[in-house]
Amino acid sequence: MDIDRPRSLDETLAAAGEYPDATLLAGGTDVMVEVNFRTRQVRRVISLRGVADLSEWNGTRIGAGVTYRRMELGPIPALAQLARTVGSPQIRSVGTLGGNLGTASPAGDTHPFLAACDASIEVRSRDGGTRILSWSEFLTGPKLNALKPGEVITAVVLPEHLPARQEFGKVGVRSAMVISTVSACVMRDEEGRTTVALGAVGPTVLRAARAEEMMSAESHPSAEALAEFSRLVSDEVRPITDHRSTEAYRRHASGVLARRLLERCLAA
Amino acid sequence: MNVHFTVNGEEREAAVQGPESLLFVLRERLGLLGAKDACEQGECGSCTVIVDGDLVCSCLVMAADAEGTEVLTVEGLATEDELHPVQQAFVEHGAVQCGFCTPGFVVATAHLLEHQPAPTEPEIREALSGNICRCTGYGALLRAVQSMGGASP
Ligand SMILES: Cc1cc2nc3c(=O)[nH]c(=O)nc-3n(C[C@H](O)[C@H](O)[C@H](O)COP(=O)(O)OP(=O)(O)OC[C@H]3O[C@@H](n4cnc5c(N)ncnc54)[C@H](O)[C@@H]3O)c2cc1C
Ligand code: FES
Ligand code: FES
Repeated sequence: MDIDRPRSLDETLAAAGEYPDATLLAGGTDVMVEVNFRTRQVRRVISLRGVADLSEWNGTRIGAGVTYRRMELGPIPALAQLARTVGSPQIRSVGTLGGNLGTASPAGDTHPFLAACDASIEVRSRDGGTRILSWSEFLTGPKLNALKPGEVITAVVLPEHLPARQEFGKVGVRSAMVISTVSACVMRDEEGRTTVALGAVGPTVLRAARAEEMMSAESHPSAEALAEFSRLVSDEVRPITDHRSTEAYRRHASGVLARRLLERCLAA
Repeated sequence: MNVHFTVNGEEREAAVQGPESLLFVLRERLGLLGAKDACEQGECGSCTVIVDGDLVCSCLVMAADAEGTEVLTVEGLATEDELHPVQQAFVEHGAVQCGFCTPGFVVATAHLLEHQPAPTEPEIREALSGNICRCTGYGALLRAVQSMGGASP
């Protein structure tokens, strides 16, 4: 096995351009599980450990190398909330935003946040320059993303103005170290425009468009409106039954979770 | 391939094969058997060490990627003739049963107290949530950590 240790973004792009099959290694919290269980062949590694450019965080531009630990301590409420739920301190100290997008698990906990605020993903390569993809263009299926060979995720770009009211929550079998059965992020701005994104209940994270439209028209939602919102969310998700949960439970939990998060936004 | 890094304050060099983990290299190549190998998927914390100041699962660190880093394992905590205060507190409060989880808990606790000398109970529980003890020693573990509140490690 060979390992490259680029010290800058340009060196990283050069290495990734030269070895498009190499494994990019950030925090390693997904890669190493696969290595240890021999489900991933690694012949060449490009280590991102020394690439400080990727760890920059300027306002709404968050470098791919930013760790959950930094998100936890950062200024964006829902991002801090979700980061706190990821794994354990040992995972959060090294696991990165870019790694969560690279893995593209349907249960990736950063995804509902990125979808709820309509974030873009910035990717770069030596030969193809820079591409900016919306979250839905980037996340293309379970464990699938739009990265082309030689491309590196460089940053996530958030809209300039994020709604002040934003809440993230997840449901799992316990509160620490758990993969989401359902995760959700709800945002509501001053005009009442509401977005709701749900993870682990579809091939990729999804937005509940009908629930959003209905709730965005409510300036002071009544109990009936909240119930309808919950029902629409349950209706719009596309969960499956697997070893972690059933379709019916995930559908129900999606509606309950989304409503609770919305109630917190309204109370804030 | 050989990696060069600092382990418990000493410059070390170790042979590394393929993408094997830092945990494997510490145990099998350097003979440091403190960090334990249980799940190899980041779930149990028995392999916890500190790399460049970060609390990590050594099973999830690629050894080849540890080049140039500073690693602290449980072996680096005690001195020749004195236990580390965290180890002493664990002994005094019966926080060790079979001992398998102990090195991971000791390292995680030392890391916690270095950053928060007087943690609250929720902070302790949160900081140790990546470590599992199968002998149900959590009550004693909590009391051991609480006994150190205020005392700098
Ligand atoms: C015990 C445990 C608990 C976990 N809990 C959670 C959880 O609660 N929620 C959750 O969402 N996830 C969880 N995870 C999964 C994992 O920690 C996250 O997906 C994390 O964000 C991965 O980041 P990383 O830096 O460790 O990625 P790595 O493992 O280094 O890489 C992951 C993938 O992304 C690619 N990659 C990394 N950086 C880039 C880049 N800049 N450009 C292109 N590709 C890149 C890699 O090549 C690889 O394919 C958990 C994992 C473990 C082991
Ligand atoms: S062996 Fe590393 S966390 Fe379990
Ligand atoms: S003392 Fe036995 S696992 Fe903790």
